Amino acid sequence: MSNFSAAKRRRLMYRRIFQIVFSLLALTFALFPIVWIASASFDPRNSLATQSLIPANASLVNYKNLLANPVIPFQRWLINSLKVSSITSILSVFLTAISAYAFSRFRFAGRRALLLVIFLIQVFPTSLMFVAVFLIIQAFGNHIPWLGLNSHAGLILTYLGGVMGINVWLMKGFFDTVPRDLDESALIDGATQWQTFWHIILPLVRPVMAVVGILTFIGTYGDFLLPQILLKDTDQFTLAVGLITFARQQFSQKWGLFAAGALMGATPIVIIYLFVQDYIVSGLTQGAVKG
Amino acid sequence: MSKATTTTKPVASLSNSLSGILFRLLALTIIDAFALWFIYVSIGDGGVGTFLAIAMIVITIGINVIFLYEKLYPLRWLSPGLALMILMVLYPVGFTTYTAFTNYGTGHLLTKPQAIQQLEKELYVPEGGVQYKWTAFRSDDGDFLLWVIPPDGEPLLMAPGKIIDPASVNAGDLDKDGIPKEIPGYTRLNRISSVKYLSDLSNLEFGTGEQTAVVKSLDAAAPLQQKYVYDADRDVLVDQETGTEYSPVEGVFTAEDGTALRPGFYVVIGSDNFDRLFRSPAFRGPFIRIFIWTIVFAALSVLLTFIIGLLFAIVYNDPTMPYRKIIRSLLLISYAIPPFISVMMWRGLLNPSLGVISLNIAKIFGSAPAWFADPTWAKIGILLIQTWLGFPYMMLICTGALQTIPGDLYEAADVDGASIWQQFRHITLPLLLVAVGPLLIGSFAFNFNNFTVIDVYNQGGPPIPNSPTQAGHTDILITYIFRLAFASGRGVDYAYGSAITIVIFVVLTAIVLAQFRFTKTWEEISENV
Repeated sequence: MSNFSAAKRRRLMYRRIFQIVFSLLALTFALFPIVWIASASFDPRNSLATQSLIPANASLVNYKNLLANPVIPFQRWLINSLKVSSITSILSVFLTAISAYAFSRFRFAGRRALLLVIFLIQVFPTSLMFVAVFLIIQAFGNHIPWLGLNSHAGLILTYLGGVMGINVWLMKGFFDTVPRDLDESALIDGATQWQTFWHIILPLVRPVMAVVGILTFIGTYGDFLLPQILLKDTDQFTLAVGLITFARQQFSQKWGLFAAGALMGATPIVIIYLFVQDYIVSGLTQGAVKG
Repeated sequence: MSKATTTTKPVASLSNSLSGILFRLLALTIIDAFALWFIYVSIGDGGVGTFLAIAMIVITIGINVIFLYEKLYPLRWLSPGLALMILMVLYPVGFTTYTAFTNYGTGHLLTKPQAIQQLEKELYVPEGGVQYKWTAFRSDDGDFLLWVIPPDGEPLLMAPGKIIDPASVNAGDLDKDGIPKEIPGYTRLNRISSVKYLSDLSNLEFGTGEQTAVVKSLDAAAPLQQKYVYDADRDVLVDQETGTEYSPVEGVFTAEDGTALRPGFYVVIGSDNFDRLFRSPAFRGPFIRIFIWTIVFAALSVLLTFIIGLLFAIVYNDPTMPYRKIIRSLLLISYAIPPFISVMMWRGLLNPSLGVISLNIAKIFGSAPAWFADPTWAKIGILLIQTWLGFPYMMLICTGALQTIPGDLYEAADVDGASIWQQFRHITLPLLLVAVGPLLIGSFAFNFNNFTVIDVYNQGGPPIPNSPTQAGHTDILITYIFRLAFASGRGVDYAYGSAITIVIFVVLTAIVLAQFRFTKTWEEISENV
């Protein structure tokens, strides 16, 4: 009996040792680049060549220089990115919600076909057809400059092209779980269809709206292709285009500045992410299993 | 899934009230007015504008029908999404397909009417014909005015590109030859000083519209004439100077001897782009390389992230392990960093002469790999970064899937004496693959078009030598299209880029069909409708 438990204990100890060693390796692999760049951002020498893990004379000088640099409108880029991503995200959630609600609550000719088309159309994401998108936005700009090239509105319009996609399916699934009795009693009480949707049903699906909104926000914030094609002026750039364009020039001499920018640029997303990790995971798997 | 069978009647009390109808009509009027204006001006542009106008016509008619016809009430809710889908998905698909069969690109960026209009602006000085006498005035800044006297008619004062009213420059009285004695601020050139400026003068086109003049010699100036005149009936451009006729050949007005007039315009040229892609050895070489690497990249990305992610998921699936949750959260951080930042950060770490990883490799092995200059190492670098970026996603979905595998399966296997490896091979892996299979296919499709990682890493480089288009060893199809269409420095080629986009469409469609075939997605979807 005691022999058996000693063997068991030894096996547990081996397992713990393995887990510790494995975790050390795994954490090094996952975190080393982040730690290294965080260290670079506090290293006042601002050069790739001279960096060490624990910077001597650590200071915030890179952050100050980045924010004060007239050639690199970093705040502008960050604000542009936050602006484009939030507007895209809010409008996407709204448009997805009214579409999903209609699919869930109304029965009409062509409903089934439309749902299937929406499912299949995802094969051709808008970003893939960027040549056509560029030419369309250019053509818009000939007569409506605020919607043309170099405008945030044109970029947002392009992103919104993808609202009729898997998210409609995801949200429709949630609307389907909300009992119809709620709609019907509200309608009987004299509420309009819109009031029923807006005041009664929508608040019940907030979690899925949060998932769709946050995923859209993160995706838009990280997009490097469309803003690169549609935006021309440095002041209009999103963070992705601005930071990469800047980093591509004389990278190794501006390492500290880039590091500071990278850390500040990544922070909003990491914070959002840490708060809503579980939501996103469930959203990911649900959306994907259906897609 | 069983559905509630009650059908909600599209009740819409407010939208049927008088004020509701009025509001709707007002909104429609505004939308229609705006749409009509836009359609009108877009058709005027020709080319892309015409296509855009057609899309707008479809959308506008759709909105009007939907909002005026009470039976279509449910579609009102869908109309914004549908309009966006038509404009930003369906229309681009159609336009991409159309463009793939044209020669839209550098040299062919205009519509035919635009090209004709531009060519008809070209002027020439005819031999013989009308001759003007001329006298030039020169300002201290070197600007010229030209006083010309047609054989029959009023004298004219011209500046380059415009006609000038003599009174507006306070031209003085005329001398006996009918020439102003002086113009304030200008010096009247006599014959000798005219010789000095003759070459300057002969390069200027004076006057505008019908009234133009170019200095031909010391004694004569002549009115300019339109060089090319378009004959719409015969669809030829006639050179007024030589009589040569230019007919449109593949978007360029071309004479019989092969002389071509620029600018050209875009026309449908049939399957030429696809012929280049599949038949021309010079184009096919880089394309096939890029195509293969695209598939290898996407497949290895999925495989590597899945292996690492699964390994991590299994190790941290032990509920008795201390600090499990915190370690798992830390491991997931790389997933939260926007990819453009991660890749740029890794560029710094890998920098061959200064980056910390390369320096340490060099310390151990004597030299660091050429992460950016060598094709093979560049690919390895990309896969390394891609694994770092992507494993948390796989870890997340594998963790989820592992929890759905019933524990008594393992207990039974233990009793039967199966080793850990056998348990993994015969229980974990098959069950896991059923659950995450569709996600793996989705991940493949995503990485097939993973523009950010490839472009930020090395912009597709190192370049493939002797390629007729700019192409790199690490380019995947979507970055190759990007370079063709926008960033090659060798002009733009929208048409060829669109042809390759069609290739991507075909591959993605095949992936989706495979997904339907090997999983039950389609049945599930059809049921859920």
